[in-house]
Amino acid sequence: MEKELKLMKGNEAIAEAAIRYGADGYFGYPITPQSEILEYLMEADPEKSTGMVVLQAESEVAAINMVYGGAACGKKVMTSSSSPGISLKQEGITYIAGAELPCLIVNVVRGGPGLGTIQPAQSDYFQAVKGGGHGDYHLIVLAPASVQEMADFVGLGFDLAFKYRNPAMILSDGAIGQMMEKVELMPYQKRSEDLPSWATTGKPETRERNIITSLDLDPNAQEKFNQKLIQKYREIEEKETRYEEFQTEDADFIFVAYGTSARICQKAVQLAREEGIKVGLLRPVTLFPFPKRRLNQLADKVKVMMAVEMSAGQMVEDVMLSVNGKTKVCHYGRMGGMIPTPDEVVENLKQIIKGE
Amino acid sequence: MAEFNPKDIIKPENLVYRKSKVLTDNVMHYCPGCGHGTAHRTLAEVIEEEELQSRTIGITPVGCSVLMYNYLDIDMQEAAHGRAPALATAVKRLMPDRFVFTYQGDGDLAAIGTAETIHTCNRGENILILFVNNGIYGMTGGQMAPTTLLGMKSSTSPYGRDAATMGSPVKMADLVALLPGTCYVTRQSVHTAAGVRKLKKALKKAVEYQNKNMGTCFIEVVSNCPSNWKMTPVAANKWMEENMFPAYPLGDIKVPAGE
Repeated sequence: MEKELKLMKGNEAIAEAAIRYGADGYFGYPITPQSEILEYLMEADPEKSTGMVVLQAESEVAAINMVYGGAACGKKVMTSSSSPGISLKQEGITYIAGAELPCLIVNVVRGGPGLGTIQPAQSDYFQAVKGGGHGDYHLIVLAPASVQEMADFVGLGFDLAFKYRNPAMILSDGAIGQMMEKVELMPYQKRSEDLPSWATTGKPETRERNIITSLDLDPNAQEKFNQKLIQKYREIEEKETRYEEFQTEDADFIFVAYGTSARICQKAVQLAREEGIKVGLLRPVTLFPFPKRRLNQLADKVKVMMAVEMSAGQMVEDVMLSVNGKTKVCHYGRMGGMIPTPDEVVENLKQIIKGE
Repeated sequence: MAEFNPKDIIKPENLVYRKSKVLTDNVMHYCPGCGHGTAHRTLAEVIEEEELQSRTIGITPVGCSVLMYNYLDIDMQEAAHGRAPALATAVKRLMPDRFVFTYQGDGDLAAIGTAETIHTCNRGENILILFVNNGIYGMTGGQMAPTTLLGMKSSTSPYGRDAATMGSPVKMADLVALLPGTCYVTRQSVHTAAGVRKLKKALKKAVEYQNKNMGTCFIEVVSNCPSNWKMTPVAANKWMEENMFPAYPLGDIKVPAGE
C-alpha cells in the first residue's frame, strides 16, 4: 500500500502508527489528555486485521505490568498515559529497565504536581530522562514536536528499544496529543513472527530455559549488571543523540527547546530576527541521550542560551551541565498548563540581553 | 548364596519414584518443613506428565518463592510484587497456545496484588493462578498478612490479629469464585501424601480447562510457615490442620458446569 496523507490528532497518529508498524500489543487505561489512543485502538480493533492485541487494563499499574509480561515474550508492546498515570507506571518501568526489556511508553504530559491540570505541560522532564523509578537506569526518550513525529516516533521508539533492549518513551504533551495536523502514514507492515532468543516463549529441548528477572541477590553480580547498563547508556549517547538546529550558524543567542516549546521558539526566532536579534534554536529530538556535545560546541560562540520549557526549569539543568560554565544559561517557562507565546519568549530574551 | 548388589535392582521396571525432569538440580532455599518445595515438585510433575515444558511460561511473585525460576526448568518471568496476573494476562493474550500460570503467596496475591487478582479473574483470563496461603509474610520475616488468622501473632501483630483494628482474614478463593470469569476454584494442601495427590489432580484439571479456554483457574494451597510460625515442621502441620483448615476449608469451591 502507498503512503497515505491524513488529518489526525497527535494521539490518533500514535495509535494508527502502532497498528501500521506491526505492534503486537497495546495495554492502556483512560486519562486525559491521551484517552484517544486507547479509544482509537479499540475502535480500529486491529486484532481482526493485524492480530495486534488491545486491552483496557484495570489501572496504569496493571497496564505497564502487562507490557512487562508481553515484552518478556519478545513482543512489541506499548502503553500510553499522562502524567499522574505515568507516575503510577514507574514501578513497572524500573522493572522493565532492570530486566532489560524493550517496550514503548507514551507520556502525553499535563501539568502537575498531583492531579494538576489536564492542560499541556513539560514538567515530567526529570521523571522521563533521569530514571523516574528507583535504581540507576535510563529510558530512551524521544520528544516529538508535530503530529508527524508522533507517528514516526512509534517505529523509531520500538526500533531503538529492541536495538538496545531498553524501554523507550515518547515524551509528548497535551498540545501535540490534541492538535490536528497533516500526517503522512507509513504503509502497513506485517507483524513479525520472529522472537528474540532471550524471550520467554516456552523452553524447547534445544536451549536452556530463559529467565526474565531484575533480581540479583549477589551484590558483586548486581554491580556488574549496573556497570553493563551504564555502558549501554554510554553507547546510546554515542550513537543515538538526535537534534535539529534552526538558524544557529550566525547566532549570538540560542533557544534550547523541545516539543511544543520548540515550535513556539521557531516563531520567536523569526520575530527576533525581524528586530535584528541574531537568535537560533536547538531542538533536542532525543532528551535521553541529550545533545550535550553539540550544546557544548555552540557555547563557544554564543552569549546566552535560553532554555524555554513549559515547566519551572528542568531541562535547563542539562543545558547547564552541557555547557559547563562556558556561557550564560537562563530559563524561561510557563507552568500549570499555560503555553508561552512567541512574543513573550522574545520579550524575555530582550530583557536578558538588556541585563548583559 | 550370591552376594547382593544394589546395582542389580536399578532397572527401569523397578522404578517407583524419580525427581521430575522439570525440576532442576539446584538446592532449594526453603526452610525445613515448608510447603513450597512440595508445591513446586507437584507442579513440575504435572508439567512433565502433561508434556507442557516446551509451551509453559510461568510467572513468579515477590515473596519466598521469588526464586522459583531457579528450581523449575521452564521459561519464567519474575514479576513485581502482586503484579504476576497482569504479566500473565499479556503473555496469554499474546501467546494463546502457551500454558501460562502464576505462582503467588498471600501477601503478593491478597494484599498488594488484590486489584490484579480480582480483575484478571473477572476478565476470565485463560491462566492458572496457583496461590500458596500460609497466613504470613515469610520472606520479610513473619509480618501479618491479609490471610493471617484472628488472634494469630506475627511481628506486626505481636498481640494477635485484632479484627477491629486489623481486619479479618481475606478468603480470596471464595471472593474470586463469585466472579463469572473463574471456571475452577479449589483449595488444596501439600502436607500429606493424599493432599499432594489431590493437588496434582486439581492441577491436571486446570491444564485441561486452560487447553479448552474455559476461563481462570484458581488453586489455593493452604500451607505452613514453620520458621515464622515459630514451630517445628510437625507442630506447624498440626497447627495448620487445627486452625488454618477451619478458616480455609479444603475442597472445590467452584467447578465448571457439568463437571
